[in-house]
Amino acid sequence: MSAVLSVRNLSVALPTGADRALAAENISFEVNAGEILCLLGESGSGKSVISFAVMGLLPDNVRVSAGEILLGNENLLTLSPAALRGKRGDDIAMVFQEPMTALNPVMTCGDQLDELLAEHTQLSANERKAKTLAMFEAVKLPEPDRIFSSYPHQLSGGQRQRIMIAMALILEPKLLIADEPTTALDVTTQAEVLALIKTLQRERGTAVLFITHDMGVVAEIADRVVVLQNGKQVEAGTKDQVLRQPREAYTRMLIASVPGTEPPAEGITHDGAALLSVVGLGKTYSSGGWFQKKRITEAAKGVSFTLHPGETVGIVGESGSGKSTVARCITRLIDPTIGDMQLGNTRLDGVSRDSLKLARKRIQIIFQDPYRSLDPRQRVGEAIIEGPLNFGVSRNSAMARARDLMNLVRLSPDVLSRYPNEFSGGQRQRISIARALALDPEVLICDEAVSALDVSVQAQVLKLLEEIQAKLNLAILFITHDLRVAAQICDRVLVMRRGEVVEQGTARDVFITPKHAYTQRLLASAPGRGFEFATQTTSGHL
Amino acid sequence: MGNFLLKRIIATIPVMIIVAIIVFTLIRLVPGDPAAVIAGNMATNEDIARIRTELGLDRSFLTQLGIWGKGLITGDLGQSFFFKKDVVGLIGERLEPTMALAFLTIVITVVIAVPLGTLAAWRHGGWLDRALMGFSVLGFSIPVFVLGYLLVYFFSLKLDWFPVQGYKPFSDGVGPWLHHLLLPAFTLSIVYVALIARVTRASVAEALTEDYVRTARAKGLPESRVLIRHALANAAVPIVTVIGIGIALLIGGVVVTESVFSIPGLGTLTVDAVLARDFPVIQGVILFFAFLYVVVNLLVDMSYLFLDPRIRY
Amino acid sequence: MNSTVKHVLKNGAVRFGLSVLSVLVILAILAPVLGTVDPAWLDAINMNQKPMTTADWTGPDNKTVPYTFLMGTDSFGRDVYSRVIYGIRVSLVVGVTVAVVSLIFGTFLGLMAGYFRRVDAILMRVMDGMMAIPGILLAIALVAAWGAQLSTVIIAIAVPEIPRVTRLVRALVLSIREEPYIEAAISVGTPTWKILLKHVLPNSIAPMVVQGTYVCASAILLEAILSFLGLGLPSEIPTWGNIMAEARVVFSSAPHNMWFPGIFLALTVLAVNMLGDGLRDTLDPKFNKRGEKR
Repeated sequence: MSAVLSVRNLSVALPTGADRALAAENISFEVNAGEILCLLGESGSGKSVISFAVMGLLPDNVRVSAGEILLGNENLLTLSPAALRGKRGDDIAMVFQEPMTALNPVMTCGDQLDELLAEHTQLSANERKAKTLAMFEAVKLPEPDRIFSSYPHQLSGGQRQRIMIAMALILEPKLLIADEPTTALDVTTQAEVLALIKTLQRERGTAVLFITHDMGVVAEIADRVVVLQNGKQVEAGTKDQVLRQPREAYTRMLIASVPGTEPPAEGITHDGAALLSVVGLGKTYSSGGWFQKKRITEAAKGVSFTLHPGETVGIVGESGSGKSTVARCITRLIDPTIGDMQLGNTRLDGVSRDSLKLARKRIQIIFQDPYRSLDPRQRVGEAIIEGPLNFGVSRNSAMARARDLMNLVRLSPDVLSRYPNEFSGGQRQRISIARALALDPEVLICDEAVSALDVSVQAQVLKLLEEIQAKLNLAILFITHDLRVAAQICDRVLVMRRGEVVEQGTARDVFITPKHAYTQRLLASAPGRGFEFATQTTSGHL
Repeated sequence: MGNFLLKRIIATIPVMIIVAIIVFTLIRLVPGDPAAVIAGNMATNEDIARIRTELGLDRSFLTQLGIWGKGLITGDLGQSFFFKKDVVGLIGERLEPTMALAFLTIVITVVIAVPLGTLAAWRHGGWLDRALMGFSVLGFSIPVFVLGYLLVYFFSLKLDWFPVQGYKPFSDGVGPWLHHLLLPAFTLSIVYVALIARVTRASVAEALTEDYVRTARAKGLPESRVLIRHALANAAVPIVTVIGIGIALLIGGVVVTESVFSIPGLGTLTVDAVLARDFPVIQGVILFFAFLYVVVNLLVDMSYLFLDPRIRY
Repeated sequence: MNSTVKHVLKNGAVRFGLSVLSVLVILAILAPVLGTVDPAWLDAINMNQKPMTTADWTGPDNKTVPYTFLMGTDSFGRDVYSRVIYGIRVSLVVGVTVAVVSLIFGTFLGLMAGYFRRVDAILMRVMDGMMAIPGILLAIALVAAWGAQLSTVIIAIAVPEIPRVTRLVRALVLSIREEPYIEAAISVGTPTWKILLKHVLPNSIAPMVVQGTYVCASAILLEAILSFLGLGLPSEIPTWGNIMAEARVVFSSAPHNMWFPGIFLALTVLAVNMLGDGLRDTLDPKFNKRGEKR
């Protein structure tokens, strides 16, 4: 096999004043025709910088400081900008992470492929259109003619990513760079798009440089893997070597952090009186008004479940399934349209302001985005004691409690006087947990609380939550789109789709013997399912 | 699409009603006896009484608002005290110079500001960018009348290229018309160029950071196409929006510029009317300009239909 | 907080703006001892003197002294230098007061509109109506109705600015209230008024300060325009606009009467605008679009 792309001793320098001097340091790898090489790394590993260096699309203040990038035998770094431009789109193509923003919103999908063909080929307008429609067919887009004259906003996320793939592959490039191409997609769509990339790549013998943070995706698609950490190459090898017999400690730690797709053991069943019971919860939104037909959206419909002290119940579902709506109804951040909610002996729906305030104290919530869930102008300590102060606790005792809580979430109490911007994402999420615990809640709702975190940090935060739960006998309602996380942490699971609960049961029942067709499809779509990672203890029998 | 248009048109109605109420209330803000103040020091008691009846100051606020509103709908803005004429007719007479000045200014502005702003955004931080930003903050800071006199001093008094003041109607021929109008229009366009160039620069610069621009570059398209077809096309909506909002700024500038260059348009009419405390004319001119502003911004809204398919569908 | 101040003060535009404004403030305060004479005093003998002319000047106390007219005199024989220096006072007072007044009202209305949906519907329609009237015209009309004194001029200039501040604050509130940290505050039982004061307001301060400088700059310009058109403060009060209004008549023979106050006016507005741009660049990149100005 001959290498399509050879990256040799590549270093990329960041502008002075950045948090490190080199975004990538002494990186070397080859991508051969017909194979998929995955660049695997957490945020800040330098994986995207390498892909932009190959494309010649680095930002002005970031530059290659050493090494060479060979496409075939040609060094891309010594090419003139015009010659490099001729290669882009033609010999090297790229698919990006965000299908929602990667296409020009004011141009039809057809035109966006057409301008590519017009730039790189001598084809006539009719030939270009025919070629585009054929390519739409090849990426399995329905009704190619309609799609041709549609604007991106009229298509779904999955369809847009198919357009991107069509655009990338239409000129049969030697090299395809895919930068987290499925990260923004729902898991079922992700499975379809991954399969599509693999099929087209095999058919055409394209070399693929695939950038991802997701171990499951690597297990699913890679031939060979390069692991990166803080801009340095940690290890490289075939997929089996790296994922099953990793040599380096960092790789082993990463792999150990990946939750398995199956619940570890039979969870403890929680009997007795329910702490939180939700019956027939529904939330409808109606839009439109005088001039438009009224549109009614049922964000949640007939949701019922119970939650016991010390228990973790998971709600899993794809985007738009209504899982967050349920969480926000229970905390009364939005008002449910219908249904009963009861916390112990207290009703949560249709209650007065004062009793709602008391109920709120007992249910606390942690949000997804660690960068937006803390007020940037409020010191961390003030954020943690805000709740207790609202309920008449004196400032001194609230502060003393805040110091204890910081110890509990493994942060130093000395940092209480700092502002949130001095903390990392994982640390902020710990602070959010401390803030929630400051009111001694009985129920903790985690709304995608670990979804924005790197896998190694995610593992730490999950472990912390489990410890705290054991210590305080908390009931946790865990909302997530990530099946692996849900499988690891939940005792019982509800699967939601389009506002409705399609299946619920113990985690083992739902994950090992799913009954509903949708649950089965969801589980089958989880990337890397069944792949045996090195140190994972659970066996992947299907 | 039809919905969008209908909604926008209907939304202008409450705006115009509120403008009308504000304008109507104006005369009632005059402290003491408005009729006496308007009539001036030399007026007899009969004059004052006559003005009071004419303005309906002897009736209740709501009754008079009703009568006035009815007049508005039938296109009757009342009579001028000072010019002894029908206000609508008076506005009609003074319309051409003002519209000509505004139109020429917008043309000059768009032709200069949009390309400059786009190039500045493309070479963000480059010399053109810095020069344009410097010019723009200067443009915002030099009062339009000082600038007008500066230009008059050099181009009319010293170089004698343009007339010092005055206006020639379009019917006298394009040459003389343009000769008289070029200096005022250029004066007026400076602050407007500063505004539009700034917004163009900001919007294009923002579009250039978007993922679809990265996609366009990854496709190997030439920079000119990336800049115009991808970045500028997406920046069009905010640019056009500011051109619309800027109309208010432009109208304010028209009043001053007309005064500097003695152009007999609506701006000079406004100043004369205020000096003569001729309230029906003041009210009429304000209503007219507000109406103009609303109509221009309605046109701007309609242009979104062509510029952004997300609104069209 | 201290580090924010340091960060802001490193900005060149902020430094320029603050330096020029400090000099102007000092000049305004020290006006009587800077070799000026009574700026309203008409000395018929010294009409239309050229700049740097030295002549005998007879003051209100009937004493005649030799005096150098640094910037010449106007057609009434008033000393332009004294009028320009005293004119700083009016411009700065108008600029600052208008900014403060419109920020106070605009912030209050914007918070109400942004947080209470019912208030929003009605209030924003009224604001739309006010915005449809070009600011200069509304100010002219209000001065025409109220008569021209310092207080009425300030209010007349502030009124058209209020809807713009209201809109900005409302947009800020609407965007801030979507932030998860507001939902977190609701979850820990913080009452609405406390959320407005402790979370929404502190996060709105930076863009409001920037807007305040823009309002100040445009108020100084607007006051000058009113005076220039002869619709502002009475002509005996020394304002830059008034000096220039009188300079129009003798422009072809004595253009310097236009330039001296013009330079001061442009420099002042430039300093305020530079301060605003510098603050915007250092404090808040998102909300102050120049397009929303005026």
